[in-house]
Amino acid sequence: MRSARLGRGVFAAIVLAAFLVGVFAQRGGLVDSIVKYRGDIVFLTQQHMQLVAISGGLAIAVGVPLGLWLSRPVMRGAAESIMQALNLGSTIPTLAVLALAMSLLGIGVVPAIFGLWVSSLLPIVRNTYAGMLGVPVYLVEAANGMGMRPMQILQAVEVPNALYVIFAGIRTALAINVGTAPLAFLIGGGGLGELIFTGIDLNEPGMMLAGALPTALLAVLVDFLVGVLAFWVVPRGVNPLR
Amino acid sequence: MIRLENLTKAFDTPAGTVIAVDRINLEVGGGEICVLLGPSGCGKTTTLKMINRLIEPTSGKIYIDGKDTDRQDPVELRRTIGYVIQQIGLFPNMTVEENICVVPKLLGWDLDKARERASELLATINLEPALFLKRYPKELSGGQQQRVGVARALAADPPVLLMDEPFGAIDPINREVIQDEFLKMHRRLKKTVMFVSHDIDEAVKMADKVAIFRAGKLEQFASPDEILAHPANTFIADFVGTDRTLKRLRLIRVGDALEPRAPTLVDNDSVERVRELMREHGQKIMVVVDAVGRPQGYLDRDVVASRPGTAADHRAALPATVRVDDDLRTAVSRMFMHDVRWMACVDRDGVFAGFVSQRGITRLLGETYRDPTKRAN
Amino acid sequence: METLAFILQNLPAIGQRTIQHVSIVGVAVGLGILTGVPIGIAITQNRRAADVVLYIAAIIMTIPSIALFGVMIPVLSLIGQGIGYLPAVIALLLYSQLPIIRNTYTAISNIDPALREAARGMGMSSLERLRQVEIPLAVPVIMAGVRIAVVINIGIAAIATYIGAGGLGAFISRGISQTDSRQLITGALAVSLLAIAADYLLLWLQHRLTPVGIRTTRLRTARRSIETGAAA
Repeated sequence: MRSARLGRGVFAAIVLAAFLVGVFAQRGGLVDSIVKYRGDIVFLTQQHMQLVAISGGLAIAVGVPLGLWLSRPVMRGAAESIMQALNLGSTIPTLAVLALAMSLLGIGVVPAIFGLWVSSLLPIVRNTYAGMLGVPVYLVEAANGMGMRPMQILQAVEVPNALYVIFAGIRTALAINVGTAPLAFLIGGGGLGELIFTGIDLNEPGMMLAGALPTALLAVLVDFLVGVLAFWVVPRGVNPLR
Repeated sequence: MIRLENLTKAFDTPAGTVIAVDRINLEVGGGEICVLLGPSGCGKTTTLKMINRLIEPTSGKIYIDGKDTDRQDPVELRRTIGYVIQQIGLFPNMTVEENICVVPKLLGWDLDKARERASELLATINLEPALFLKRYPKELSGGQQQRVGVARALAADPPVLLMDEPFGAIDPINREVIQDEFLKMHRRLKKTVMFVSHDIDEAVKMADKVAIFRAGKLEQFASPDEILAHPANTFIADFVGTDRTLKRLRLIRVGDALEPRAPTLVDNDSVERVRELMREHGQKIMVVVDAVGRPQGYLDRDVVASRPGTAADHRAALPATVRVDDDLRTAVSRMFMHDVRWMACVDRDGVFAGFVSQRGITRLLGETYRDPTKRAN
Repeated sequence: METLAFILQNLPAIGQRTIQHVSIVGVAVGLGILTGVPIGIAITQNRRAADVVLYIAAIIMTIPSIALFGVMIPVLSLIGQGIGYLPAVIALLLYSQLPIIRNTYTAISNIDPALREAARGMGMSSLERLRQVEIPLAVPVIMAGVRIAVVINIGIAAIATYIGAGGLGAFISRGISQTDSRQLITGALAVSLLAIAADYLLLWLQHRLTPVGIRTTRLRTARRSIETGAAA
């Protein structure tokens, strides 16, 4: 079929392009200059992942309950305004958030984690809120009519049905987190940003790529892993992928 | 079993107080199906939802099995009442088995007992347990989902079942089938059922008693035949439709409308004998049957009046037959189709059981109008 | 406060950097619309192609912006444009593609097939149908995509200062390296306000460009309904 061949053709083209880039890189000594930084890469990747894990973990720990709370009927009036404020907050660029965190908390790992936490919070809260509101009202009505208490309905009906959308929010937030964590270097938080920014400053593409490539790979990896987690955790009945 | 006493619900709206349900009094006996019927906004759904306290009554009392529902915790109350809604509401994140076991688990049943019950119920609704227990709602057809919804409501074996337009979401063809299945199941389980509908035909088919609502008031509460034959006012007469007498035909079995038994003929009866029997019983038409009693044809008095021979020589084929278990609507429809005013009826084995005639049917339908205790009010 | 004083003293510089910033983003997104919308329309024809294109665009999004800038440098050095304006614009152009292509694709493929059939039945050619029916109906969602692209790009353009592109990010980077909180806050506030203002301006524009017949009456509902749908 035409579209299958098109797909294969594109895939082949990408592989070929990657190969050519690789050959070109090796001839230019690029690969060697990247490998030179192995030690740094390993160390900084660990630092990077720590930043992501802590800020991301905290974002989930605060964001999901917050989103749940906002979706409750008692919050109906206030929730819209709060979501508006949060949406407003999400338009503020991460660099600005980190900069403001630095002016409040100084330099180092703490403001970096704080800044990344704030940036990751918003997609999670928004998706949790939207996911919960998206649970069909008649399911809650049926559960109520059967004699389930509000907490039971939340646990057994509402959250499972919102889980797919909640996971989508977590996935987006974490991928963004990994991708913007390099900026943490600028305020003293460490991470792979060190190689990237220094590489640009010193005009050493090798160093820059030594930071950039692992970051990009990490972002893809994190996105993939959360995707796999979502696939297995979200109950089959509400999982469009299963 | 369910008794409503002066049940009232008033809502406060920006436009003033709206009385959605106005002093309803009715009683549904154990094992009966009561249909709440009426146009949109008449208060029937509100009334239903007050029974399981999804909506709190403004005043009035509800008694289930003699107990005042006010005295019970609403959540506990709901666990003893089966509830089925129009959108069905099977939880998509749970398997069929888990869905059915929800209320038993809430009541603290042993898990194995609950699972066994789920299996049993699936068998009752004609879904093979081995195949369906572990399926998810998204893997079921609309009709299957609806049946599982009913099974879920019956899981904890509640004495009372409340249903809010339960068959509304199913296409008309499947709806007939599912309604029949529900009736069959009800004959066996004998639950007290209260259900809301806006479809007069559904109510006529399913109900033991129909409660007609308008603008919050109960206009009439009686059996379907009573409502069709003696609607209490013009609103109800209009609501049930101008063809209401035809609707009544559906409620009567052919077997209950048979003419008094007349003798039958066999093939080698002589024509003289035929004439004699016809004269004796005042019949114009008689059926010829075989050795077992199955109809072979009929003889008309005019045809045998002046001809020699046997029954076999002159019999004509029966234009059509109808079964004793069919309803009169089918019989009348067939009569129209074949342009006859009478029809031969056979039982399940095909043996001749008697005649129905148009005259006899209209006389039967008219009985209720000649009954002095039922004079129009 | 001293930050306020700093701002008032440096209004011309702030203004100039703002213009720089807006120019980079404006050119990039403008070009992005010219490339993204046609691609978005084209891939509605072929499901497989759509999957591939959207996947590639999504992959691009996961590349950290500074890394993409970094990659541009050696490549563009070959034509002597390694740092500054051009790599920034190209990178921003690439980042604008996912929201624009995805929203265009979603908008057009979600158009009720009944409408397409009605148009065909009336004798409209494909081009006429596209112009008179499909695109007007798709405009709100496409504009939402453009809005997302602009807001994201305003943020990324702030980072572009690190490859010499200037813009409001310069205040932030100087503020950090010189430990000058006045510059830092000025930069952060300026970028934030620019992003917020652009968002509202484009929302208004989106509202105006929506055909009257399908407009929701309140601006807020329009924003909210598209936010959760397209942004997730």
